[in-house]
Amino acid sequence: MNFPILSYLIFIPLIGFIAVMFLPREKFWTIRWVSAFFSFVPMILSFWLTYDYYFAHSGSAAMVYTEGPLSWIAPINAFYYLGVDGISVPMLFLTGLLSFISIIASFNIAVRVKEYFAFFLLLETGMMGVFCALDFFLFYVFWEVMLVPMYFLIGIWGGPRKEYAAIKFFLYTLFGSIFMLVAILVLYFTSEPHTLNILELIQTAPTTVTHSMQMVCFIFFFVAFAIKVPVWPFHTWLPDAHVEAPTAVSVILAAVLLKMGTYGMLRISWPMFPDMVRYFHIPIAILGLIAIIYGALVSMAQKDLKKLVAYSSVSHMGFCMLALGAYTSVTAIAGCMFQMFSHGLLTGALFLMVGVLYDRAHTREIAAFGGLGAKLPIYTGLMVLFSMGSLGLPGMSGFVSEFMVFVGSFASFKVITAIAVLGVVLTAGYMLRMVQRIFLGEFNAEKWGGLTEMNVREILMVAPLAILTIIVGVYPAPLSNMMRATLENLVNILAR
Amino acid sequence: MMPDFNIRVLVPEMFLFLWALFLFLYDLGTKRKNHKQIGYLAMIGVAATGVLLFFFHGGSSFGSMFCSDPLANFFKVIFLGSAFMAIGSSFGVTKEKIKNHRGEFYGLILLSTVGMMFLSSADELISLYVGLELTTVPLFVLAAFYKDDKLSLEAGLKYLIVGAFSSAILLYGISLIYGITGTTDIIEMKINLSLVFLSYGKLGAGFILATVMIIAGIGFKLALVPFHMWAPDVFQGAPTPITALISVGSKAAGVVAFLRIFVNGLIAFADEVMAPLDWGIIVAVLAAAAMVIGNITALRQKNIKRMLAYSSIAQIGYVMIGMVAATEIGVAAVGYYMFIYLFANMGAFAVATIFNDETGSDGIGSYAGLAKSSPIVSAYMAIFLLSLAGIPPLGGFAAKYFVFAAGIQAGYLWLVILGLLTAVVSLYYYANVIKQMYFAKKTSDIKIKPAVSASIVLIMGVVGIILFGVFPEPILDFALEAAKVFAF
Repeated sequence: MNFPILSYLIFIPLIGFIAVMFLPREKFWTIRWVSAFFSFVPMILSFWLTYDYYFAHSGSAAMVYTEGPLSWIAPINAFYYLGVDGISVPMLFLTGLLSFISIIASFNIAVRVKEYFAFFLLLETGMMGVFCALDFFLFYVFWEVMLVPMYFLIGIWGGPRKEYAAIKFFLYTLFGSIFMLVAILVLYFTSEPHTLNILELIQTAPTTVTHSMQMVCFIFFFVAFAIKVPVWPFHTWLPDAHVEAPTAVSVILAAVLLKMGTYGMLRISWPMFPDMVRYFHIPIAILGLIAIIYGALVSMAQKDLKKLVAYSSVSHMGFCMLALGAYTSVTAIAGCMFQMFSHGLLTGALFLMVGVLYDRAHTREIAAFGGLGAKLPIYTGLMVLFSMGSLGLPGMSGFVSEFMVFVGSFASFKVITAIAVLGVVLTAGYMLRMVQRIFLGEFNAEKWGGLTEMNVREILMVAPLAILTIIVGVYPAPLSNMMRATLENLVNILAR
Repeated sequence: MMPDFNIRVLVPEMFLFLWALFLFLYDLGTKRKNHKQIGYLAMIGVAATGVLLFFFHGGSSFGSMFCSDPLANFFKVIFLGSAFMAIGSSFGVTKEKIKNHRGEFYGLILLSTVGMMFLSSADELISLYVGLELTTVPLFVLAAFYKDDKLSLEAGLKYLIVGAFSSAILLYGISLIYGITGTTDIIEMKINLSLVFLSYGKLGAGFILATVMIIAGIGFKLALVPFHMWAPDVFQGAPTPITALISVGSKAAGVVAFLRIFVNGLIAFADEVMAPLDWGIIVAVLAAAAMVIGNITALRQKNIKRMLAYSSIAQIGYVMIGMVAATEIGVAAVGYYMFIYLFANMGAFAVATIFNDETGSDGIGSYAGLAKSSPIVSAYMAIFLLSLAGIPPLGGFAAKYFVFAAGIQAGYLWLVILGLLTAVVSLYYYANVIKQMYFAKKTSDIKIKPAVSASIVLIMGVVGIILFGVFPEPILDFALEAAKVFAF
């Protein structure tokens, strides 16, 4: 493989960012289509990568499509080193797909169009980079690079409390990342010879780093990743950021950014500190349980549709944490990956749907609606579909992932898993209540008589998500085959 | 030993000195008419000095009083860069506000730069002291250059008094060291101190006093907490390009002085075995105080110059982490940090200068809506501020990374964690300016069009930050070479 596909995935959006910067600011449609092009190409590349990985490499746990290590900053041993395995490929697929969809969904942005699309493409570069980087310095750079465009995207195009939400997101995440930076530096100086290579550190860290230092590093990494996930009690930035952000940015936040937390755990914390995972697995599962129940209860209380979806993310990502606690089971870890993938599709779609409604009604107040089912049949159908997926209806991806999480973690935590199953009931509770209050019941013709059905662009942007949700729900084998070897290897490391 | 008189290594300094005199005369000769011509001449002079530095470097002269080693040259590049950028951003200032003394204005900037260059080459305490004075005396005058402005006069006077006071303290510390060792040469000082220690098993109270006094004397120049009280007032009152020069050039000069005296001369006395009170821990505590107080006080500032003043107090705190590490990578990190700080801070001040030229305001609130009317200048400012906050891939991140790496390597984990926490705090006030520019509702339609010279400065800053942020290796190698001057 001479074609450096990962570099293309990362840097094509960056080229798009530069290209958009040079376009005249009043040519809105040129900017939109140029941005769409520069996210379309990475999407196709990510599809091709997934296809090729599935047929050529899914049998082994090794890193493939590796590039480098090329010397980058020799005095500190930082290398340009990329590679993917069964954990990162599904994430890259998700990133490629949702970035393109989000750019299409952003076509209705009408103020400061140029800046918006430029920041969006920069964001995509950062996201792709995080899922490919195998060098700590590179990983950290991409991890942080995303913060700036995200800050601007929330702060400029967000809702009424955008400034607060933007800086809160920025400070919160930066606060988490500095702990990661300390842990990286500690690992660097304890390794001999000093290295920032993640794969090498996975080999050496369990033996060379002292027990107490491992604990410090594990906790520091955990804080950084837990803020991103977000794990209760680090979740308080999430409702603000998700609710204030413009639709497409909420989609990216929920579908991709949150996954970086769990991805970081699977890629770094878990294989690098297996002893600590064993030591902390019960508290981790309990944090997951709290998030599941707490997120679901808070969702129930929401009056704002977008807030409901935002808190449902806290609950859904709790399943991932529960699964990560059950480190001995391949099924549980695979369930975590499925949940990441499925949550990306479903919550991304739900945010898009909320945006569609908000664009027309200019309110997200659940109580303001009622009986929309008859007026907007397509919208209702899709929204119900995604809600059902989210609450884990069999035949949809949400069911598969939650089922795998429960099956996998039951062996390790009987009581915790038993309580966590309640979360599914609560999810059904708030999702069905939301569907009932918005789409069923009395229709207020006077107020909502003017609502129009989804247009073709809107249908096309959620259609792939709906199809994928059902495919993964009905036939999950391809996805699970793709990551089996990698996850088995991970579980072996953890059980070592 | 007979000192050698190698005039060749002094060529860049002599050239810059003569060029400054030439500017005085040229301004008189042209009847003080043209503000642009003389500004460009000053920039050319600085650039030419840089070229000369490339050809005439290496070697020493007058014993150890002047040595053109890689460390000196690394910092000379920073000094010339800061002078170049300060001059480039002052065209608006000299157009309206300083009509009758343009030659003096630019000439004094060059003279101060000559002082910094001498200082960085001094491997001996007397010439180091002289260099420090040559640096600051022109700056006293420059700080008070708006003769009709009370704040500017206050700035000049305050700077003069504090400067004279701190010089006296420094000199007293130097004389105590001389008393103990019988030499002012830094290398001999190092040897003699070790001999004293070996003979008597201790260095005594005189040494503690000398250390504390030298730290205080240089601390004043660096605006290191608790010697920072003068900085905000001087920064606010002085003409903005001069503020920039004080915050970058003169601070970098203080950094070199500190490196030469402590990291080179007193390196052995940085741990408690050798010294009754090791300077390492004193400086570590001062660095912590600088980061905490600088960053927290900056949160409350409403004037951009005061905000940047406190921010630069905090930035020196980060530099100090590299100093207390006192390793090769630590010194290299200090060098790299100052190099990026040059671009970021000079750039931020350049934007503040041209904004003030256009609006007459330094209030952070008056930046509201700037991104809509002047998107390019706002983007530059955002990049400078984000680099100061240490966000990758900008240079400020790599700088902080190197400094923190050096700190952790040297075992100052607490200091690094504190530095990182305060870096998060600092993001709040840097982002506050960005918030005003980008998020606030537009309040006025001020359009800022930087002049050609200011554009050069701004582009230089942005390119430097991004290029050397993504590819730090050339600068880091240069800084590592500079660090090799010291025998660790």
